[in-house]
Amino acid sequence: MPTRKYLDRIGAVPERRHAGWPTPVTPSVPARTLYRLHHLLEPNPVYRRLAAWLERNPTANRLFTAAEERVKGTIFGCRMCGQCALPATGYACPMTCPKQLRNGPCGGVSPTGMCEVHPDVRCVWLVAFERAEAEGRTEDLSLLQRPIDHRQWGRSSWVNYWQGRDEGMWTSGDGRRQLPIVQRNDPSEPS
Amino acid sequence: MTADPAGNGHRRASEPGRLSRALASGRFVVTAEIGPPRGADPGAIAKKADLLRGWVDAANVTDNQSAHVRLSSFAGSLLALSAGVEPVMQLTCRDRNRIALQSDLISAATLGIPNILLLTGDHPRFGDHPDAKAVFDIDGVQLVWTAATMRDQGRLLSGRRVDPAPHWLIGTVENPFSPPISFRARRLGKKVAAGAEFVQTQFVFDLDVFERFMAEVRDLGIDHRCGVIAGVGPVRSLRALEYISTKVPGIHVPDAMVRRLRGVPAARVADEGMQICVEIIQRLTQISGVAGAHVMAFGYEQGIPEILERAGVGPRPDHAAATEGSGRAG
Repeated sequence: MPTRKYLDRIGAVPERRHAGWPTPVTPSVPARTLYRLHHLLEPNPVYRRLAAWLERNPTANRLFTAAEERVKGTIFGCRMCGQCALPATGYACPMTCPKQLRNGPCGGVSPTGMCEVHPDVRCVWLVAFERAEAEGRTEDLSLLQRPIDHRQWGRSSWVNYWQGRDEGMWTSGDGRRQLPIVQRNDPSEPS
Repeated sequence: MTADPAGNGHRRASEPGRLSRALASGRFVVTAEIGPPRGADPGAIAKKADLLRGWVDAANVTDNQSAHVRLSSFAGSLLALSAGVEPVMQLTCRDRNRIALQSDLISAATLGIPNILLLTGDHPRFGDHPDAKAVFDIDGVQLVWTAATMRDQGRLLSGRRVDPAPHWLIGTVENPFSPPISFRARRLGKKVAAGAEFVQTQFVFDLDVFERFMAEVRDLGIDHRCGVIAGVGPVRSLRALEYISTKVPGIHVPDAMVRRLRGVPAARVADEGMQICVEIIQRLTQISGVAGAHVMAFGYEQGIPEILERAGVGPRPDHAAATEGSGRAG
């Protein structure tokens, strides 16, 4: 464990963490539970109607989004990027990585598994790998994750998911060469 | 190694560079590193290039290495070209968003830089401006994927056409020694799937771990699609040993090597460090699937020819070809 003096010198004291350098979060709920719970969230006609209704009703949408932020913030340290990668990352949030890597750990993970930016915290991608491996889901980590859409910050990823906007977020893993390009239709802007 | 990881049969529009030809020939390739100066010194790159010319197939020009401000890798690559050393232009995601990255990639191809090395980059926390905004708009894997798409499909990330399409050999990095170690070969596989044609690794000091990594690389068939160039370098003082073990993220120095360096009299540490480096290169030439060595000399560039000579991998064959890029930047 790095000494406090060292953390102070490099500007990484736990109490003085700031939003500018995201801090890795180890989820408080086991991956197995979350893989099971995921089925409850899968899109269906009811959810699709709910999502469409929410997008027409700003106040309800704000409340819904706040509730999502509360739940996912508590469990995953969710930062509301609006395009959730959790089902493909062992339910450890890659946006809590200080480099916000979507495709696996950087080369700076310490021999003891600590983040290079916050040496007192475990690398979130190492956590993701261990959680995925324990559930036989390491293949997920080989999928190529496309660049995110920065206009989605602060929006509900559940609404985006039910509206089918998440579909191109990662490759299908069928071995064919695919493109990183995403066709984006921003719901708040005329297409 | 094939230069066509996409398997789409497209022929390169531009002439392949020296590094590309060397990798295709199957001989042991050698690359090194040129760190650009912190200052407007037009001769600094040429001075380092003079030490390397004829001994390396290409030299990386680093991109504000360790998040310290330097001459840009783009300008440095052009200076290396005109000094007769083929550059590998490094480009990181730390300081640029997707617009600037794609723009720099087009610029590099337009001015004849034949190789690019795409990486996420060190966090600003390690640099001289820790108060800077860390961009990381896209990650290193996505940058490789973007470049391959620009070249092979002639399209930007937006889907818009790039015409004519840019051409370079696409490289990346991987650290076989950083946890989760059992995922590192697959992570390289991801980059190769995204379009990487060669990879330079973090310093190889622990050959046992590296051999296990290479076994996985071979099992996944990655070595046939991507030239694996292993990072090496001479640790010439106990201070340097201390520095790379504690200050540079991601470098693993095994205890046996520490004992060996500490076990010799202070005056002989430099020689011992050189000897270790030579032995590591010799071992690397014996490992199946290793395409070459990437020498990072910690500012001791003048020692690189001696290391290569003693390891039996220098000077480069068909050396005259090294100067063919001369003057293109002029």
